[in-house]
Formats: sequence, C-alpha cells, structure tokens
Amino acid sequence: MALAFDEYGRPFIIIKEQGQKARLRGLEAQKANISAGKAVARILRTSLGPKGMDKMLQSPDGDVIVTNDGATILEQMDVDNQIGKLMVELSRSQDYEIGDGTTGVVVLAGALLEQAEKLLERGIHPIRIAEGYEMASRLAVDHLEHISQKFEFSVTNIEPLVQTCMTTLSSKIVNRCKRALAEIAVKAVLAVADLERKDVNLELIKVEGKVGGKLEDTELIYGIVVDKDMSHPQMPKRIEEAKIAILTCPFEPPKPKTKHKIDIDTVEKFQTLREQEQKYFDDMVQKCKDVGATLVICQWGFDDEANHLLMHRNLPAVRWVGGVELELIAIATGGRIVPRFQDLTDEKLGKAGLVREKSFGTTKDRMLYIEHCANSRAVTIFIRGGNKMMIDETKRSLHDALCVARNLIRSNSIVYGGGSAELSCSIAVEAAADKYPGVEQYAIRSFAEALDFIPMALAENCGLPPIDTVTAVKSQQIKENNPYCGIDCNDVGTNNMMEQNVFETLIGKQQQILLATQVVKMILKIDDVITPSAY
Amino acid sequence: MTVERLLKDEATEEKGDRARMASFVGAMAIADLVKTTLGPKGMDKILQSTGRGHNVTVTNDGATILKSLHIDNPAAKVLIAPDISKVQDDEVGDGTTSVVVLAGELLREAEKLVNKKIHPMTIIAGYRLAAECARNALLQKAKDNKQDPDKFKSDLMKIAMTTLSSKILSQDKEQFAKLAVDAVLRLNGSTNLESIHIIKKAGGSLKDSFLDEGFILDKKIGIGQPKHIENAKILVANTAMDTDKVKIYGARVRVDSMAKVAEIEGAEKEKMREKVQKIIAHGVNCFVNRQLIYNFPEELFADAGILAIEHADFEGIERLALVTGGEIASTFDNPESVKLGHCKLIEEIMIGEDKLIHFSGVEMGQACTIVLRGASSHVLDEAERSLHDALCVLSQTVNDSRVLLGGGWPEMVMAKEVDDLARKTPGKKSHAVEAFSHALQAIPTIIADNAGLDSAELISQLRAEHHNDTTNAGIDIISGGVGDMEKLGISESFKVKQGVLLSATEAAEMILRVDEIITCAPRKRENRM
Repeated sequence: MALAFDEYGRPFIIIKEQGQKARLRGLEAQKANISAGKAVARILRTSLGPKGMDKMLQSPDGDVIVTNDGATILEQMDVDNQIGKLMVELSRSQDYEIGDGTTGVVVLAGALLEQAEKLLERGIHPIRIAEGYEMASRLAVDHLEHISQKFEFSVTNIEPLVQTCMTTLSSKIVNRCKRALAEIAVKAVLAVADLERKDVNLELIKVEGKVGGKLEDTELIYGIVVDKDMSHPQMPKRIEEAKIAILTCPFEPPKPKTKHKIDIDTVEKFQTLREQEQKYFDDMVQKCKDVGATLVICQWGFDDEANHLLMHRNLPAVRWVGGVELELIAIATGGRIVPRFQDLTDEKLGKAGLVREKSFGTTKDRMLYIEHCANSRAVTIFIRGGNKMMIDETKRSLHDALCVARNLIRSNSIVYGGGSAELSCSIAVEAAADKYPGVEQYAIRSFAEALDFIPMALAENCGLPPIDTVTAVKSQQIKENNPYCGIDCNDVGTNNMMEQNVFETLIGKQQQILLATQVVKMILKIDDVITPSAY
Repeated sequence: MTVERLLKDEATEEKGDRARMASFVGAMAIADLVKTTLGPKGMDKILQSTGRGHNVTVTNDGATILKSLHIDNPAAKVLIAPDISKVQDDEVGDGTTSVVVLAGELLREAEKLVNKKIHPMTIIAGYRLAAECARNALLQKAKDNKQDPDKFKSDLMKIAMTTLSSKILSQDKEQFAKLAVDAVLRLNGSTNLESIHIIKKAGGSLKDSFLDEGFILDKKIGIGQPKHIENAKILVANTAMDTDKVKIYGARVRVDSMAKVAEIEGAEKEKMREKVQKIIAHGVNCFVNRQLIYNFPEELFADAGILAIEHADFEGIERLALVTGGEIASTFDNPESVKLGHCKLIEEIMIGEDKLIHFSGVEMGQACTIVLRGASSHVLDEAERSLHDALCVLSQTVNDSRVLLGGGWPEMVMAKEVDDLARKTPGKKSHAVEAFSHALQAIPTIIADNAGLDSAELISQLRAEHHNDTTNAGIDIISGGVGDMEKLGISESFKVKQGVLLSATEAAEMILRVDEIITCAPRKRENRM
C-alpha cells in the first residue's frame, strides 16, 4: 500500500492518483518481469542456429518482413512491455557492439531468468542471485579466454576468415550461396581494413540492393554504386579517367538567403536581367569545364538550360545524389565537396578510373558505377535478389558477416561454435561452483544450467532429441577433455566443431555472456513496478 | 501471477503450426486465384478498381491480376505484386502466373509433408536439391539455334506464338507473333524495350494492327504549318516556349503606367522572337518541344515554314532524340554545334479518326512503332499487356537463345529427373524431392484442367511417354490429346522457365521457413472528420 502516516497518525498519499495506477510489488513484480523476459526469449528461441526458423513480421503499414536476425525481429515487434523493451535493448546493444549473436544473447538472458525464477521460489534473495550470476559470468568469460584459440590469417590467406563468415551466414536464408557471400564480405572488409591499427571502418562499405536477378549475381565492386543516372539522356554512359567535381550547389540561379526583390520597370532592365541570367548558367558550366572536370556530381537539381549546356560542353552530370553517397564518393575519389562554384579548383576534383552506367532488366533501371577510385578504400556490395524481402534479409545477413570479419581483424581469438563453448563453460562453472560458500553457490550452479540452454535450443531446432544430445555431448567433453565438442546441426557425422570448422569470435561470445548477465541482474533488482492502469 | 502482455493492443501473434497453416492457406489461396488463367484455354478475370469511376480491367496477365489485389495475409503478400511475380515481370516479362502457381503447388505438397511430421528445414533441403536437379535437366534439354538465323527466327516465332496463345490475341497470334518478332529483331540484341513504341487507337479490329518502321508521335501538327516534309532536319528541344520567365529569384515586374506595361510586353515578345530566330537559324524544318508552344511562337514557326510540335511527353522526346540521332537542346546560342536529327519524311497520317505524325526513314533502325487497333479500350489494354509479355520474352530470348518445348513438356522432363533423384536420395529429404516432382506435374494438370480435358488420363499418358528419354510429348490442347510439341511448333524460352523454377522455389522456401507471424497493430488513421 502506498499509504504512509505522518507523526500524528494521519495518512497521506505518496503516489498521486492512487486509483489509476497499477502496482506490483516484491516477489510478484519479479515474477511478472521474469515471465515477460522469458516470453521474449521464447519467441527468438526457434530462430537460433543453422536450422532456425524465420519470423514473418507485418509492420503497422502492412509491409512484410521475413527475417531470422534477432535484433531485427525484436526491433520490428513493437514490444509494449517495459521488460520486453529491455530485452530489445539488449539485443540491439549486442548488434552495435558485435553485430552478430543477437539471437543468442536474448535466449541466454531468457534462460538465466528462468533459472532465477526457480531460485526465487526457494526463497533466495534476488540480490544474492544477481551476485552469484555476476561471479559465474566472470568465471565463464575467463574460461572462454582459456579455451580460445589464436586464429591465423593474412591478406593472402583469407580462407579462415571466409570459413568464419560462412558459419554466420549458415543460419540465414541466404545459406544457398553462403560461400560466395562470405568471400564477398571478407574481401570487402579486407579492402577497407587498416591492418596495422587493426581497425575497420564499416561505414566505408556500402551495401546496395536492387530487385531482380539472382542472389548469385551479387557482386563486390571496388568503388561506389549510385542509384542515379546521367541528367541528360544523351550524355556519355562511360567515362574513363574521370575527374569528378563534387558539388553541393544547384545549377540554378542564385537564391540569396536575405529577402530581396528585383523590380523590373524598364525594358533595359528586363534585358540586362535576361542576359545576366544566361551568363550565369554559362559561367557555372564554364567554371566546371575550366578546372578540368569530366564529370559533375551534384547534390541538387539542374535547370533545363544548365542541363543542356552541360551536355553541350560534353560534361556529363549526375543530379540529386544523396548526402551520404556524396560523402562516400568524396572519400573514394579523394575529392573535396565543393559548396560554391567559385571554390572549384583542380586539386579539389576527385579521380576515378572508370565511371559507367549500367542498365538492368527490361525496365528503365540504371545505376552509376564509379570504379578504380583514387582511394580504393571504399567498396560497395551490390546485392541482387528475387524480391525486396530477399534483398533486405541478405543485407542484414551480410551486415552480420561483415561484423564478424571485422571483429576477427580487431582481435583474432576464436572459440568454437555449435554450442561447444557454452557447454564447456557450463562444465567449468559447475565445477567451480562448489568452491563458493553461501547462497551464491546455488546461483552459480543455476548459471551453469542456463548455459546448457543454448546447445539445447540448437539441438531442438535441428530436430534432435535435446536432452539426449546435450547430455551425450557434455559427457563426451568431460571424458575426452575436449572443449570442442558441440551439436552436430548439419548432420555431418562428427560433433567435433574443430573439424567442422564452425567457430565464432571470442569477443562476440564474451560480450553475449556479459550483456545477458547484466540485463538479468537489472531485471532481478526491480521489485516494484508502477504503471498507469488501463483506462 | 498475471500473464504480462508483451505486445501492443491489437497486435497479434501466431505461432508454430498455426502460423504455418495461416501462411500456407494464404499463399495457396493466391495460387488458386490465378490458377484458372494458366494455359491457352485459361480464363480471364475482371478487376474492378476501388478508385473513382470503378474502372474495369479484363485481363489474363498474372502480374496485372496480382498487382490489383489488396491482401491482408502476410504470407500471401510474399507471393504477390511487389515481390516475386513483379520481379518475374520486370526481368523476364512472362511466366508470372506460373511462378505463383508453382509456388502454391510446392506449398501444398509441403503442407502434406509437415502433417507427416517432417521438419520444414528438411523439406527445404529436399526442395533445394530438387530445384538444382530440375534446372540441370532443363539445361541439358535446352536447344540453342543461335547459329542458324532461319531456325532461330522460327524459334522466336514459335515462342511468341506460344506466349500469345494464352492471351486475348490468340485469334491473330500468327500476325502478332510476326509483329513482335520483327520489332525485337530490330533491336539488335538490346533488351531496352523503350525503343518499341506501342500506340493504342480504338476502332477497327485487332487484325488491323500493324508495325511501322518509323516513329509515330501521337501529336497534331500546328495550324498553317507544312504537313509533309521531306529530308527533315529535326531539332528536339526541352525549353519553355510560352513566356520565358526570368529565373533569377525575387525578380518581379513593377511598373507605374500602362505604356510601360506595353513596353515590357514588347520586350518579352522580342525576346521570344529572338529565340525563335535562333532556333530557325539552326536550319531546321521541324521543331519538337517537350513543353508548350504558345500561339505567338507557333505563328512565327508557321511563317518560317517550320513544323512545330508542342508538348511531346518526356518519353516521346527521348525516344525521338534516340531515333533521329539529334540531341535534346535547351539553349540555342551556337547552332553550329547542336546535333540535329534527321529523317527522310515527316507526314501526317490518319489512323481511324485521329491524326498522327509519322517520321519515316530515320537514322537509327532500332526503333519502331506498333499501332494496335481494337474494339474497345479494354481490348486494347489487354492486347498491349499481351504484346508486352511477348516482347519481353523475345528480347530475353535473343540474348539467351536457348529454347525448350512447351505444352507441359519441360515440367514433365523436370519431374522425371527429380523423381529419379528421389529414388537415389537417402533420408527424409527424399520425400521432399518426390513432393517437388508432384508439384511440377501439377502444372500440366492445371493446363489440361483449364482446357476442360481429362487431366488424370492425359498426365498418366504423358508420364508414360516421358519414360522414353527423347520424347517430345506434351499436351496438345487443340486436339485434346498427347502430341509431339516439336511438330506442333510449341516452344518456350529457357530463361523464362528457369526464372519460374527458381523464383517459385525461393518463394516457397521463404514461406516454409516461417514459424511465427507477428502482426503489428495497424497504424491508426487520424480521423479528421
């Protein structure tokens, strides 16, 4: 009750409008929160692993998305519950940090919550559970470090990287041509990677999609692809050794920002104004031509007259190019973005070996390829696919693959996948639990049990008997002292993940465990939920 | 303990079998909807739009039907307009109905398997295997006659006739097939169908349609201007010929007496006269503008004996520039460097009641115009769609000249190969592979059903025939039996068939993989009443 009494024994109300608020307290609040968290995890559970299923999501506007990516599912789900939103955040932060394993992290958090519920029923205080989890997570992360392996690759030997990306892609719908896509992803990342600083700026990789063709037609372009065409249909479609003027000012008469009026009251004025106007266009075009540009890329539109003048002077131009693309073009070609015609100079021009227009299909669909750029550090992955959904899903999958490749370049430690790392941690945590006195021991043991959930979900999704499989693999790990045994999802015949070449990045896994533990701790600490009750 | 609501009000969530059921049912409903339009004896649909006027469209074209449907079922949406069939239409131009029907059949078979407790992932694995095998079978059987121009042309004719036979044009398919083949061959291998211009004019009958080698612009010649120009020099322009506004921002006219108004008006007129003079100085005798031409300049042009055509739409301009080889001009200061377009003859022609401008003897031989005649606008629209399909298929075939026989022959060939594969495949996958073969056989079954034939009898006969590897047997709709497709001259493009196969498998896979449907609460429309 939110009633308090002052020193004279008179009641006063702490929370305003008592009757309109719903309130949950104590154990009840925790249980309600846990069940909400579990519900979110349950939705994602079936999407885990190479045989995971997709979800079909219909947005408020009626668009349909089919996806397998945890972060996307949660984002689109329009979750209303506060705890549910926390889980969405959790998946999103994994997406930002690592970019992969967004499903796994939510499933793990759900498992931890489920175990916590059991402990709560035994009367263990939530804070003690949270502390136990914290210790256990530290143990698990250390153990991961212990079983991780260094992973050797170089620019010439990209095979190991490709293998890793293939693991990521194998759970997506694109796994039909995972090999090709993985190679594209790795090559793209290597093209923009700064190997000395061990860093990769993923913004230099542009992922562009166009409906049509086959998934197999997806290609990596060392350059930029812009979904635009030349402003005049008769401009040349192919320019070699292009010098590009990148402009953010329109080919239009100037529009001073201050309010002004030009009054025309005599015939002379009318004529001078007209001549002025023509000269203006002429000057603009001439300026571009004078500095030696052979291609103009402009953020704004052109006047008809300017357009013709450009074409007349044999100066191809592209108009209405978006700001982001403009920046990318500037980076790639080494040019500067010029805001005024007056500022245009020779050294501000970008350079590209080849600019060409390519058309697709039977309809009028053209795109502009800018290749062989001065700075080859910007690449584009151009996705083709049967339909928009397929392309969107491919984009998301490729994003995951790119992130994985980037993480490997940042730090080249790996752990083996297929649930083997989780099982191995579970064994280690369980063994360590006995050393801790007090209630935490129970929490640590529960943590170990929760870790078993991931391989269990994997096995279930693959249609294997979950408990049978997981216990068998676990005992095998202990018996052979081999932390690389996992679930054989693809029916290859061996469950040694080292032989199957299934691995994940160490930081990805560590981050999963840490993030999941943090969120669970936060949820456990809540003991009072106040919501405005329904009308 | 209270069960917490996770999603917003009105949002719905369907899980597991229920979700699968909902998506299967939705997708199959769509397939059943377009099923009856398949094949030469397929029926048409009437579509009534919800917009003002309740326009009616009568069509047999799968893409058009699907585009007009308003569908709520998310799985069905995967199959319709913006996606699978649209792509087929854009890229290949034909086979849209087949994609949807095949995907529907694949899902129908998949549903049976799911009911037998086979995991959807296993089914997908089997389907993929089968699709690959079917594609290989097609690859092997495809014929390529590119080397032999005569044979290639006859192949094109056959394909065009096969495509058209299911459409409204089937009565005159020979004529239209010839039209389409001629038009496509003029393109010299480019797939840019924009150079083929289709003009629809109501009146006459479909038989009166013809292909014109030149270019026809659906515009009138200005009054008092020459109606017949030989060796025309054409300036194609995009410029304002009404009042040429001052474009500098903020400029306005402010005068204090009527006399001044007259002066400025005079200056304006003078400016226009100058512009016209400049244009005339190009030495042209035909001027085509995208924008309006006002009476005053028109009169000036008439005086100079120049044919001025106003308000040609954007496409018309681009096409005309392409055809005549001129450039689209907007400034006229240096006449010597502007490239003019040329053609041998410009004349006004009459089609039915309408006057059109005909440019013949153009430089670029690529473009041509097809004039369609027909009893009503519905007939014409449908004829255009059919012709478009045929043109798309043909232009793709010119690039990828592999040809297959039609009449259900490719499906039976694939089905046989896939069946063989099923026998060799161990494991649960083989059920899925077998199901794929059933789904393939469903297509000739539907064609036969639509023609009112005894499908069960026909298909079993076909299957027996196809046991022999070199058979050409397919369904002969006309005689209602099994016939030799080679002799009957029924062919289809390899590319279309392959597109159908791959898109349908992809769509089916996408729907099969779903085990949960979450529908968000629809965005509320604000009620402003």
